[in-house]
Amino acid sequence: MHLITIYNMFVRDFRKQRKRITLTLIALMWGTISIMLLLAFGEGLHYQLSLNQKGMGSNIGVMWAGQTSIPFKGMGKGRRIHLYKEDPAFLAERIPEIRTIGGEYSRWGVRLKYRDKLLSEHCTGIPPEFEEMRHHIPQAGGRMINQLDMDAKRRVAFIGSQLKERLFEDEDPIGKVVMMNNMPFTIIGVMIEKMQMSNYEGMDEDVIAIPATTFKAIFGDAYLDDIVYKAHDPNQMAVIEKKIFEAMGQRYKFDPADDRALSIWDTVEGQKEMSNMLMGIKVFLGIIGFLTLLIAGVGVANIMYVSIRERTREIGIKMAVGARRAVILWQFLIEAMMITFLGGFFGMAISWALTEGFKKVPIDSDVLEFMGRPTVSPEIGLIVIAILGLMGLFSGLFPALRAASVSPVESLRYE
Amino acid sequence: MSPIIYMKQVKKRYQTGAVAFEALKGINLIVNPGEFIAVVGPSGSGKSTLMNIMGCLDVPSSGIYKLEDELVNKMTHNQLADIRNQKIGFVFQAFNLLPYATAFENVEVPLLFAKVNGKKRRARVIELLARVGLADKAGNRPTEMSGGEMQRVAIARALANEPDIILADEPTGNLDSKSGSGIVSLFDELHSAGKTIVIITHDMNIAQHAQRLVRLKDGLMDTGTEDPQLATAS
Repeated sequence: MHLITIYNMFVRDFRKQRKRITLTLIALMWGTISIMLLLAFGEGLHYQLSLNQKGMGSNIGVMWAGQTSIPFKGMGKGRRIHLYKEDPAFLAERIPEIRTIGGEYSRWGVRLKYRDKLLSEHCTGIPPEFEEMRHHIPQAGGRMINQLDMDAKRRVAFIGSQLKERLFEDEDPIGKVVMMNNMPFTIIGVMIEKMQMSNYEGMDEDVIAIPATTFKAIFGDAYLDDIVYKAHDPNQMAVIEKKIFEAMGQRYKFDPADDRALSIWDTVEGQKEMSNMLMGIKVFLGIIGFLTLLIAGVGVANIMYVSIRERTREIGIKMAVGARRAVILWQFLIEAMMITFLGGFFGMAISWALTEGFKKVPIDSDVLEFMGRPTVSPEIGLIVIAILGLMGLFSGLFPALRAASVSPVESLRYE
Repeated sequence: MSPIIYMKQVKKRYQTGAVAFEALKGINLIVNPGEFIAVVGPSGSGKSTLMNIMGCLDVPSSGIYKLEDELVNKMTHNQLADIRNQKIGFVFQAFNLLPYATAFENVEVPLLFAKVNGKKRRARVIELLARVGLADKAGNRPTEMSGGEMQRVAIARALANEPDIILADEPTGNLDSKSGSGIVSLFDELHSAGKTIVIITHDMNIAQHAQRLVRLKDGLMDTGTEDPQLATAS
């Protein structure tokens, strides 16, 4: 190919048609910004919702006891099943796929008193494993319940961030003593603020958690309210569920196929569904962006066609003085590609600047907690570059083919 | 000496829908190297069609056209483009300069297609513009020049790759008589320098500068002006 020739022609023609090219560039930039921002918002939403969903904990299952619905070994149906404090260890021993497991007590309406504030709140009795499993992560300066607290049945409490606001406002709660049902408890930690998409028995930010052993000692609950477990591998949730039914069925004498005897909430399943839904939203936003960009692409093709009509005589002149068809073809094709890439480049740069700028704007809003902040990922950049490349090629190819196929005699006659 | 242009029974037919129109009905013409020929005839006689074929902008529907002993009829688009670039220089009535390009850039175009390198190309353009008396107008665009100057730029462009043949279609048609005579004397100079020149014109004053007249009428050469050599050959 006569690359130098084509390049020389292109540089000259490009310089001479600034206005037309500038307008096309603006259209392309607009299209690129649309697709980039839509995809970036989709990405931000995906990230934020995934994060929110993990607020309760990732790859966990929650188990409650139910009633039998199938007669088993001479025992009728409708028998209540209970979870005992020994069950977590029993299951951990039998099911190697379980990474961590812990039982939880729960009680609503406990009376909390700190100075002149009196509140009725939700209290849970939990083991230290909840720090990892249920993301009960302490803010700096505090800690979660530990094994020593458990062993000594200490009267210590770990509280949710909202409850801390209600009870202590701006005061540092660590080391302070609150009265719970007239018993003194020392606050040892406050949970980090977290956005939680799903919950059972209330939001973590409103809870007061005490060691499970302390809970049992002071409230005397005979049964656990639920057992929470986390898998080594999220793909093994179904296997674990099956093994739990088998082990518990054997221990408490119910049919392992009796799905009413225990109920298990597999959050991994929910996360997969959410992930699919989010992918759907991203695809949808991507399609909208793509269509916007496509309009810009049609604009490029249109302008190339108009340009070729306007420059028919010019094409004729070039052919008359010896331009081969390929030179004309490449000239228009490269012109379209260059316009597309320049427009795309500026559009991407602006989108990136906008999203980066948006990240720095301090907006304290609940909406953002759900929507997240737009994020431009390398994948988005690559997708947009690929779309722009194809678009530049196609929007340039057909007008360029047309330009190269005109007869020199006809085009010289063109007014 | 073999002819530079050899045409035998060259016909050109245009088909517009169901209507067929024969612009050239069988031209027999021989032009020898270094000749200065004027093609004259009324409008619609086929002068421009003849020039398009002669200049390889178009190919004949039938007949034989040889340029420097090469058969043009079956040449590919690229071969035709190369011939237009290397062997033929065009001068048009409407100048046909690129409107946005300067005189320098217009003259440069055929050299770009001939892949002449930058330094050599610039020197050549400067030399050509000096030859047509426009050394000081290199940076002017067509809109900043007179008709005569534009036509000089076009002639400089036609000469860019040192072609053997200069084809001019009504080169003075858009010019006043003073500019026109300047252009005609340029053609005389080129002829003296050994170029083969074919001018299509209405203007008998210009035609008189030619060594030979070819009269066209209704797509045929007027009897009596057909080339005697070809008449005997056929």
